[in-house]
Amino acid sequence: MADLGDLLKGFGPQVLGVLVRRGGDFAAAEDAVQEAMIEALRHWPQAMPDDPKAWLVTVASRKYVDAQRSELARRRRELLDGDRPAPGPTEQVDDTLLLLFLACAPALTPPSAVALTLRAVGGLTTRQIASAYLVPEATMAQRISRAKASIRGRRLTEPGDLGAVLKVLYLIFNEGYGGEVDLAAEAIRLTRQLAAASDEPEVAGLLALMLLHHARRASRRTGEGQLVPLAAQDRSRWDTGLIAEGVEVLQSALARDRLGEYQAQAAIAALHADASSAEETDWPQILEWYDELNRITDSPVVALNRAVAVGEVDGPLAGLRAVAEVPADVPRQTAVRAYLHERAGDLARARSLYAEAARAASSAAEREHLTRQAARLHSS
Amino acid sequence: MTKYLLLKHYRGGPKPMPNSEAPMEDWTPQEISDHLAFMNHVADVLRERGEYVEGQALSPEGVFVRFDGEGKPPVTDGPFAETKDLIAGWMVIDVDSVERAHEAAAFLSSAPGKGGKPLQEWIEVRPFMTEPPVVTE
Repeated sequence: MADLGDLLKGFGPQVLGVLVRRGGDFAAAEDAVQEAMIEALRHWPQAMPDDPKAWLVTVASRKYVDAQRSELARRRRELLDGDRPAPGPTEQVDDTLLLLFLACAPALTPPSAVALTLRAVGGLTTRQIASAYLVPEATMAQRISRAKASIRGRRLTEPGDLGAVLKVLYLIFNEGYGGEVDLAAEAIRLTRQLAAASDEPEVAGLLALMLLHHARRASRRTGEGQLVPLAAQDRSRWDTGLIAEGVEVLQSALARDRLGEYQAQAAIAALHADASSAEETDWPQILEWYDELNRITDSPVVALNRAVAVGEVDGPLAGLRAVAEVPADVPRQTAVRAYLHERAGDLARARSLYAEAARAASSAAEREHLTRQAARLHSS
Repeated sequence: MTKYLLLKHYRGGPKPMPNSEAPMEDWTPQEISDHLAFMNHVADVLRERGEYVEGQALSPEGVFVRFDGEGKPPVTDGPFAETKDLIAGWMVIDVDSVERAHEAAAFLSSAPGKGGKPLQEWIEVRPFMTEPPVVTE
C-alpha cells in the first residue's frame, strides 16, 4: 500500500477541520489527528475501512476525548461537557476556512503561521516542512508546537482575519527554498481550497496571481539555474492552461467590483501573460494598474515597479525621474536604475550600478544575474 | 524568515571590551565550565524558539591551501600565528527579522567570562543569501 501516506495527507486536515468545527481545541485536536493517523498506518494495511474519513474522525474524536479526560484527571478536575466535540456533519470546505483562520491567526509571527498552515492545513509532515525551509526537524517541530501553544484554547468565536490568511499563503508561494516539497504548488492548492470556501474577490485575486506567475515557472531559469528576466523569457514555455485559468479567475473577481492589491497585481501579471513577445506588452495599461496599486498599498516596492513601467511608457529618463522618488534602501532600486541608465545609453553608469546592485543582492541567483549584466557591458 | 550566521572571533572586529580581554587560560576551571554551559543554554533557548539551525566550534589550527596546476600537489601556506582575523566558531539561526538576529547575537555575547561577568564579545552577524522571490513585477 504505497500510497497510504498520500491518502492520509489528504485526510489529515479534513479530519482536523471536523474536530475543530465541533468546538475542539486546535492544538489538542491536531495531536489527536496525528495519533489517529498512526493508528490508521497500523490497521489499514490489514483491513481498509469502507469510509476512511469517517474512520479517522471516529478514532481522532476518541483520542481527543481521551486526551481531554486524562488532561483533566491530571488536573483533578471534572470533565467538562463543552470540551467534547459535538457530533455534526463533515463539511470539508468550511473546515478549510476555519483551519486557515486558526493557523494564520494574526497573533502568530509569519514563520510560525507558515509552518502551522503547512502542517495543519496542508497536511505536510514536520520533516517535509523542515526540509523545505532548510532547518533541522527538531527546530521546525518546536516552531510548530510554539505556534500551537500560542493559539491554545482559541476557539473560533470571532470572525477570522482573511487578510492575514492571504498574506501567509502569499508568503508560502513567494518565498522559500522548496527542496522535495513544491511550496508554490502547495500554496496554490491551499488557495484553491480557500477560494472554494470564500466569495471574497481578493482570494480569487491571489489565486489568479499565483496561477499567472506559476505559468511562467519553466522559463524563469535556464537549465543551469540562471535567472531569466521577464523580457528575455521563452514565452512558448509558458503554461497556457494555467494562464487561461488565471485570467478567468481574475475576471470573475474583478467583476465583483471590489478591487484589492492581489487583484491589481494579478491584472499586471495577466497583461504580461497576454503579450506574445516582450515588445507587444501593453505598458500603458500596466502603468495604469500600478497607479491603482499605488493608491491601494502605498508601498515603496510598488513605486519602484511603477518606475519600470514609466520607463517603458515615457522613456528611460522619465523612468529615472520616477525612481528618484523611491527610497534608496528599497531592494532592487539600484538594479532598476542600472537598467534604465543602460536604456538611456549611459553604459558606464549602468555597468557600475549593475555591479553595485550585485553586491547588495540578497539572493545568490540575483547576484549572479546582476554580475553577468555588469560583465556584459564591460565586454561590449 | 532569513538565516543569519553569528560569527565568534578569537581575533579581529572592533576593539574588545574590557571583560573579554583576559584569555581563557586565565579563567578558573569553574568559569570555563560556566561559559560552556551558557553556550549550550543559548543553543537550547534558540532551539526551543524554533530558530536554531546549527553551531560549530573551529580549531584555531589552520592553513591556507591553493591549486598549483594539473598533476601538482596543493600548495599550503601557514599556519600564521598572527593572522588579523581568526574565527572561533559560529551559530546559524533562522529568524523573523534583523532585529531578532541582533538580539540573539547580543544574548550570545552575554556569555559569562572571568569573574562571571558578561564577556561582551563582539559577534559578527551576516545574513545568508536567500532564494529570489517569485513575484518581482
